[in-house]
Amino acid sequence: MSGGTALVVTGPNGVGKSSLLRTLAGLVSLMEGTLRLEGGETDLTPFEHTHYFGHQDAVKPALSVQENLAFWRDFSAPATPESFAAGTIRPLEALDLLGIGHTARLPAAYLSAGQKRRLSLARLLVTPRPIWLMDEPTSALDTKSEATLLGLMNSHLAHGGMIVTATHTPLALTPMQKLHLDTAPSEPEETA
Amino acid sequence: MNGWVSALFLRELRLAVRVGGSGVVGVLFFLAVVTVIPFGVGPDLNLLARIGPAILWIGALLATLLGLDRLFQADRDDGALDLILMSGRSMELVVLVKCLAHWMATGLPLVLAAPVFAIFLNLDPVAIGAVTLTLLVGTPALTLIGAIGASLTVTLRRGGLLMAVLVIPLAIPVLIFGVSSADAAIHDPVPFLTPFLILCALSLIAAVIGPFASATALRFASD
Amino acid sequence: MAFWDFANPTRFMRLTDRVLPWLIGACAIAFAIGLYKSFFMAPEDYQQGDTVRIMFIHVPAAWLAMMCYSVMTLSSIGTLVWKHPLADVSAKSAAPLGAAFTFISLITGSLWGKPMWGTYWVWDARLTSVLVLFIMYLGLMALWRTMEDPIKAGKAAAVLTLVGALNLPIIKFSVDWWNTLHQPASVMRLDGPTIHPDMLIPLLVMALAFTLLFFTLHLMAMRNEILRRRVRSMRQKAAASARPAAATASTQAAE
Repeated sequence: MSGGTALVVTGPNGVGKSSLLRTLAGLVSLMEGTLRLEGGETDLTPFEHTHYFGHQDAVKPALSVQENLAFWRDFSAPATPESFAAGTIRPLEALDLLGIGHTARLPAAYLSAGQKRRLSLARLLVTPRPIWLMDEPTSALDTKSEATLLGLMNSHLAHGGMIVTATHTPLALTPMQKLHLDTAPSEPEETA
Repeated sequence: MNGWVSALFLRELRLAVRVGGSGVVGVLFFLAVVTVIPFGVGPDLNLLARIGPAILWIGALLATLLGLDRLFQADRDDGALDLILMSGRSMELVVLVKCLAHWMATGLPLVLAAPVFAIFLNLDPVAIGAVTLTLLVGTPALTLIGAIGASLTVTLRRGGLLMAVLVIPLAIPVLIFGVSSADAAIHDPVPFLTPFLILCALSLIAAVIGPFASATALRFASD
Repeated sequence: MAFWDFANPTRFMRLTDRVLPWLIGACAIAFAIGLYKSFFMAPEDYQQGDTVRIMFIHVPAAWLAMMCYSVMTLSSIGTLVWKHPLADVSAKSAAPLGAAFTFISLITGSLWGKPMWGTYWVWDARLTSVLVLFIMYLGLMALWRTMEDPIKAGKAAAVLTLVGALNLPIIKFSVDWWNTLHQPASVMRLDGPTIHPDMLIPLLVMALAFTLLFFTLHLMAMRNEILRRRVRSMRQKAAASARPAAATASTQAAE
């Protein structure tokens, strides 16, 4: 895989798509094989170049929407290798972009599932990291937000980012490679 | 470098204060323990004054332990723990900051409440001062040791009881030196400083061992 | 309680708007008379001297601590049996008041105890029962705080309040028994000699003043709670509402 491309992982339920993403995110240790990232910042591990956008939103209901997002911006270390040129935007702009700007000062407890999902997505925009690992990114999103998401993903690719996503809905990403997993899952070696 | 530490600290503090006021509930539990013991041993004020420091210490130990089970579990349940592990920040430091914030929100109120509860137990002013001081120095150790248990049981649905079982043996030294230095302050001939300095040392050791052990346990827990 | 008559929160808000100024006025007058009588006109006790004046704060506060729990019990029945929308508001706003009055009676009791018993606290049956009551109030408040949904929290707290109401006499009885078992009649009782009318009248006026204070604060707290719930639902609506102006699209309806 090289910079600026997307890898779409498809396959039936339970085949190991999520496990693959979690492995790439460094949350599950490899049984065998190695994971290598070329052209990254040398003092960072591959996982620290990566945003993981999984099923769980990591949204704290007791904090306001803005507090939730500001925490992840301040907390996550950015990773900007030379091949990756995307800038970051401020939390409020990210919320506006995703159509939840009006909720910024409300406690996140009041958000609907789709809004929480978008808040979680905003996290990817405020800290620059070249690799996005997205597990079912479109779940709980309406058609309009789905289009916004697609636009964001494509612009991320255009800036030299990389996306690995597991999905059931066809996503119009360019350029795109496909990986179809079937019942005998194999952990492929990823090189970039 | 310091930005993320304060961001994490503030977030933890906000969550601790806003979610059900866990500090307040801890103090309430502490009060309940202190109230219940005279029903067991009888209302004899001399007896209560003698065992008062021990009652306060045991109450503080139990209140600290019961408040700790959500330390990492809340973050695991909503996926935040995964992101924290991937954040590129030192996990040991993250644990230390979380413990510090947790202590500020739950341990410090216990220390502040202790002088009030000491009145129920008929402690004299010197004893009240001594117990409060030992609790101030000793409760951070309880939180840090408890964090190990909390990270080991983070994947369990009902880890609270198991956590207490795991942690209480580790907390025994803190209890011993906490109570004995408070007692030493009350009964003159015994030096106060010796057990008190050992208590300080235990807290400092816990500040090293606790974060390392629980950071390791949390990394395994994400598998 | 007369609160049943106010069918909905809006009518309640309008009615209390009119009642509250009178209530506040009556409360202020009662306190003025009561405090003057108890601090300047009531005689000193031949044994206790001026410390006996603590009684004029202590006894009404202790009485209110009890009364507040009965208000909460009635409100809880209202919540569980009639599912009245104001009942759990009433119960919720009464709990902190009850805790405050209990706290006042504990503090004044221990200040009074210092000259009488030589320590701030003894595990006397009365004091201990009041302390247990205090813990129950705080527990109820914590329960309310911990549960997100006010309706669910109201029901849970109502059950706990009723269980507590049934248990309070048992607790009182067992504490009495525990206490006499350990130290038979060693502690001076507060209700020893009959009270002289010179002291009784200020005490009754103060009791009235405290009762008025309770109702004033209770109504105000209920108003605050209703407003707080309105804010909550408005915020919920605000979060669910369409994005402001330009971005409104038909897809919003789906959310």
